[in-house]
Amino acid sequence: MSDHTRRKFLGAAGLTGLAGSGLAALAPGVHLISLAAAHANGASSKVRWGMLVDTTRCASGCNACVTACATENAIQPGTGRPAQSSQWIRKIELNEFKTGRALSLPMMCQHCEQPPCVDVCPTGASFKRADGIVLVDRHICIGCRYCMMACPYKARSFVHEPLTEQNPEVPRGKGCVESCTLCVQRIDKGQQPACVEACTKNGRSAMLFGDLNDPASEIAKRIATTPTSQVRADLRLNPGVRYQGI
Amino acid sequence: MRSNTFGWLLATAIAAFSSVTWAEVPVPKPAVTIENPGECVAPLEVIRRTHMDLLKHQRDKTLRYGEHGAKIKLNGCIDCHASKKTGSVLGSQENFCQGCHAYVAVKLDCFECHQPKNGMVKSAGAKP
Repeated sequence: MSDHTRRKFLGAAGLTGLAGSGLAALAPGVHLISLAAAHANGASSKVRWGMLVDTTRCASGCNACVTACATENAIQPGTGRPAQSSQWIRKIELNEFKTGRALSLPMMCQHCEQPPCVDVCPTGASFKRADGIVLVDRHICIGCRYCMMACPYKARSFVHEPLTEQNPEVPRGKGCVESCTLCVQRIDKGQQPACVEACTKNGRSAMLFGDLNDPASEIAKRIATTPTSQVRADLRLNPGVRYQGI
Repeated sequence: MRSNTFGWLLATAIAAFSSVTWAEVPVPKPAVTIENPGECVAPLEVIRRTHMDLLKHQRDKTLRYGEHGAKIKLNGCIDCHASKKTGSVLGSQENFCQGCHAYVAVKLDCFECHQPKNGMVKSAGAKP
């Protein structure tokens, strides 16, 4: 076989290979479409879950949201090392020195549209669901904690010690980073996050949860009519959690 | 000739030693109790060989796409197979997951995060 014909032969073989791989790509493509159809009942990109915190209604000293979060997600108080215990939501007290104005507000994962934690994650464990909820895939989280450093809201915690009494719907374990999930297990059942429910039950109604994309939802209406702000709006992360009265 | 004899001796010694080893450390078959016998989500031979793949496939769909209500899910395994004594799939060699995994010496990572007990209150104000 001359070099010329050999090259021809290889070229033909390459073409056949390409055609083969094209077909192979077509099969997963079809598979992907069928998956997308199957996901119609899952997280939808038409929805963007968000929360509005009215700080004028949030009471200093009230911890109902934090307690409800701990109960729902089985976050134990810790093992005698408070600096290491998980905080999915925390209460923050703000004081303005000049005027003496005092504020109290819950701070948690802000579920950014452009989440820095997802940007820096080396394994793809940090991800944003189609409906805007930012989560950690513990199956592939290696516990490097880059996301904890990247988060401007200090929203993430690292689990340092073995856990046992998890909620079956909220798997949590040692060696992974975790943060507020907006109670994704409840949202997927059509319920509200535990903190929002507790705040309403407590008579405060300082937290409002809903779909930011739906103009008919209460949260979208409130955001359209009252001045609200994003924490660290200068970072242009477009958080899904907004605050009123700060 | 000398080396040949030595070779024979060595072979005999190895044979004797290994036969003793085999005889003395039998690995008992797992005595797994199926608490809720009946239809599994797939035929036994499929489940035995591919349960990890089935679960892995489903976990990504549930976590990343929020797809619930699948036929194959870890909580489903636990609901059917948790021991009636301890309420768990772990804890002793008689319990479903641990029994087999100990027998085949495959590390079982699922339950470092997932709850191995059934009957735990699920969501809506779950008690830790």
